[in-house]
Amino acid sequence: MEFFIILLSTVLVNNFVLVQFLGLCPFMGVSNKLETAIGMSAATTFVLTLASICSYMVHAWILTPLGLTYLKTISFILVIAAVVQFAKMFIEKTSPLLYRVLGVFLPLITTNCAVLGVALQNTNKAHNFFESAVYGFGAAVGFSLVLILFSAMRERLAVADVPSPFKGAAIGMITAGLMALAFMGFAGLV
Amino acid sequence: MSLMRPSSPHTHSASSISSTSSVMRTVVLATLPGLIALTHFFGVGSILNLLLAIIFCLGFETLALKLRKKPVLFYLGDYSALVTAILLALAVPPYAPWWLIATGSFFAIVVAKHLYGGLGFNPFNPAMVGYVVLLISFPVEMTQWRIPAIEGLGYLPLLDSLNAIFAGAHLDGFTSATPLDAIKHNQGLTVEDLYATHSAFQSAKIAGTGWEWVNIGFLVGGLYLLYQKVFTWHAPVGMLAALFILPVFFYDGGSSASAGSPFFHLFSGATMLGAFFIITDPVTSATSTLGRLIYGAAIGALVFIIRVWGNYPDAVAFAVLLMNFAAPFIDYYTVPRTYGHERAQSALRKEDEH
Repeated sequence: MEFFIILLSTVLVNNFVLVQFLGLCPFMGVSNKLETAIGMSAATTFVLTLASICSYMVHAWILTPLGLTYLKTISFILVIAAVVQFAKMFIEKTSPLLYRVLGVFLPLITTNCAVLGVALQNTNKAHNFFESAVYGFGAAVGFSLVLILFSAMRERLAVADVPSPFKGAAIGMITAGLMALAFMGFAGLV
Repeated sequence: MSLMRPSSPHTHSASSISSTSSVMRTVVLATLPGLIALTHFFGVGSILNLLLAIIFCLGFETLALKLRKKPVLFYLGDYSALVTAILLALAVPPYAPWWLIATGSFFAIVVAKHLYGGLGFNPFNPAMVGYVVLLISFPVEMTQWRIPAIEGLGYLPLLDSLNAIFAGAHLDGFTSATPLDAIKHNQGLTVEDLYATHSAFQSAKIAGTGWEWVNIGFLVGGLYLLYQKVFTWHAPVGMLAALFILPVFFYDGGSSASAGSPFFHLFSGATMLGAFFIITDPVTSATSTLGRLIYGAAIGALVFIIRVWGNYPDAVAFAVLLMNFAAPFIDYYTVPRTYGHERAQSALRKEDEH
């Protein structure tokens, strides 16, 4: 039940993209095509869950015993970069097509603030091992959900008769804003 | 010899219900029973709302069309702005200050519709965008519903109504909790006791004073639209079925923690207005029949979840926006089987082929 509440909270109520506004760069950058968005979602889910677990382990088993918690931000970035590198090699071997499609956005998962955000929030909320894993996974599912839905919508926006000042990223931002409004409806569920 | 190959939809004749303007006129007509019920129970406020909304919506529509250098009269003639105005006016509480309607109209017409390229391109239902913006920005004004005019309590005099709308006079003692509020903040009463004691349920048969009749009004209007084949049954049936089946599991015979009976959920708040007038919008809903069934059912489920466990007493607007957001994705996976193919082909695969 506790895990269910964490999942519900991260996927809907405190959605990382639409409520906490983390991870907006891939959200705007990779949402032009549904297929790419699905690939990016899978990669981000992989990285987020793994990075959340690894950074928990680093924090709980290395930094805290040594009294080095002030190094947590920099060590989390290091952990995330390593996990992303691992995911990159994994995708390059298993799906060269996806690897080429994702292009620069794959290494850019390193700088996805949602990944670092999850790791830092785990320590702030004093999550244990399993809670950290579920929190990271839930954040990734929430990110994937809105990214995939948004990309399906953006394919439609691409052919809409949008006034020229609002074409492209501008109308994407406005749409994201309206979606954030809709997600306010989930407030209070948890 | 060159053959013309017009693509669907094929217009049969100007007089039948097929052109945008005649569909919109039928929708306007079908809102009448609900509007009459609203006016009967809450006084002239709904009609004043309506007049204000029509003025502001048509005004913003004209302005937006002028800015976009489109023919104004041609686009005003499709009555879509009028329908948006009516839906927004019906959703906003009567006797709301005028600037509430003005702000809502701006977001509905300019942001939700014209920034996306006008009618046919808007991914979100314009009236619901306007409503949600207002509900989040001005929660106090947007939840002040007047006590239904029964039990000897007369209507608000016209002068007082105008005062409330234009001069911001407070209507203290004239507002009360809606039935959905009452059941949400129910403290320790069984449903039966709540119905017996709370003012929102005085002389109510199913779902709260006045509100059940408002919903019946919209149900009648909706059935008329269905009869006129303005929309298919899939989305409304999906939504109402979900909103009927889910409360069955959580009704628990009417204890103090009960979520309300299935009929309560069907006939309170904006259920019927949403089911027949808002989620049936052909632009913002899913396209195929299966898609519409899924779309409607998901809206019904979201409405129930937010009503029972969320912060907001009613959730039709939020549920509609959330599913508007998901509609293009639903379309991707509910592509109908085309004639000559064994199975439906997913839209994703088609894209790969060329």
